[in-house]
Amino acid sequence: MSLPELSREEILRYSRHLLIPEVGLEGQRKLKNSSVLIIGTGGLGSPVSLYLAAAGVGRIGLVDYDVVDSSNLQRQVIHGTSTVGKLKVESARVKLLDLNPDIQVDVYNEPYTSENALRIAKDYDIILDGTDNFPTRYLTNDVAVFLGKPNVYASIYRFDGQVSVFYAKEGPCYRCLFPEPPPPGLVPSCAEGGVLGVLPGTIGTLQATEALKVLLGIGEPLIGKLLLYNALDMSFDFVKLKKNPNCRVCGPHADIKELIDYEEFCGVPSHDHSEEGSAGANWDITAPELAERVKTNHLKLLDVREPHELEISALPDAKNIPLGQLAARLSELNTADEMVVFCKGGTRSARALELLTSAGFKKVKNLKGGINAWAREIDKSLPIY
Amino acid sequence: MPVLRIPTPLRAYTDGKSEVAVSGSNISEVLADLTIQYPALKPHLFNEGGDLRPFVNLFVGESNIKDLQGVDTPIKDGEKIMLIPSIAGGMSLRGERLSRRSNLLLSGGRHVTS
Repeated sequence: MSLPELSREEILRYSRHLLIPEVGLEGQRKLKNSSVLIIGTGGLGSPVSLYLAAAGVGRIGLVDYDVVDSSNLQRQVIHGTSTVGKLKVESARVKLLDLNPDIQVDVYNEPYTSENALRIAKDYDIILDGTDNFPTRYLTNDVAVFLGKPNVYASIYRFDGQVSVFYAKEGPCYRCLFPEPPPPGLVPSCAEGGVLGVLPGTIGTLQATEALKVLLGIGEPLIGKLLLYNALDMSFDFVKLKKNPNCRVCGPHADIKELIDYEEFCGVPSHDHSEEGSAGANWDITAPELAERVKTNHLKLLDVREPHELEISALPDAKNIPLGQLAARLSELNTADEMVVFCKGGTRSARALELLTSAGFKKVKNLKGGINAWAREIDKSLPIY
Repeated sequence: MPVLRIPTPLRAYTDGKSEVAVSGSNISEVLADLTIQYPALKPHLFNEGGDLRPFVNLFVGESNIKDLQGVDTPIKDGEKIMLIPSIAGGMSLRGERLSRRSNLLLSGGRHVTS
């Protein structure tokens, strides 16, 4: 296939690339001719899309259905204060085209699902995994395997990052390393556990680097290798990954031949980004309901957040037992008490409720939306975080 | 003694320690010592049958023990063992999953079919 020519303006724009022999004019034309699909326009998607746009990748696809929230801006640097409340893909498109008007940006303002993923991904050269949840991560992997495309993978948590290139044609896929996800509840998300804002910057730029290497066909991409980064130790460790002969999607006896129900597979919903954690209608109590109840009834309040979160906001008279310690400290609670459990947004407390009900606590409720809902609807002097 | 590197998500169960000195001459013995030192780690590493969970990856040097001799992989004194976790969350709860998952959580992650 003949590569597109560069205009005079493009030659000037990419002059620092053209000076590198490994890229050069031909490499830059390759980039102009190439396309990448970025799943997620968040912490990882921000630096990835900015650098790939700047590098002159001809067509960039962005999949996200979320809107920009001010709590995103600590790390999602493609968005800004002026785009809070706007669609992430639109916010990102404007920024990318400002950075480089010569490229094409295609946006998919929809959840990435088994129904649309193959259709969306089939016309891109490589797929970049910038997702924040296991169902979409397994979906992204399987789509890449079925379409025979490289999946440039990265994931982050607090101070830790992982990067690899999963390309089943030449090496292992994500499932070769992680055949199945951890049970729900064992691994906290960034929304619950937090993430150092610069971490997706570090990891996302490594991910973008790998994408450029794959597109240009230069260097040694991280195929069959996993990079493990820790910001606190400033450590970069590499391990070797091999194809798993028993892999269910890319092994010789693969039995998964088409996309499956990934939410069922992982036991968690992938497309529920509401901060309103819920334990189900029968177990929830809303902030206004709780405000009414405390006027007439003596209720015990159990706060399952981490101690450092109590410095941000707290409810008076609430007992604090962090979720991770709850199973070991059940003896401090009385099954006879009526108890309302809460956390930041209602997710950890819903999990605490599962534990409590299993242990015989019958009179327990989950504060829907957590202390943030209380701060929003009842006590506006409390900050929302 | 061999040293086992603990990833951030599991440091909650090792008193925040990023590395733990463990005794043993193979992976099996090392993990037994690790879970004696930190019992709360056990359900994160093993299923109810006592087998390593499929999402737990242990590397000796650069190699996955699955590509070596599994839990029988010999360990030398001072050798570094890395525990590599699945990271990426995004978890919410749905009411209909409550009962199914409660057993799991109470057992610390082991599937209980009661």
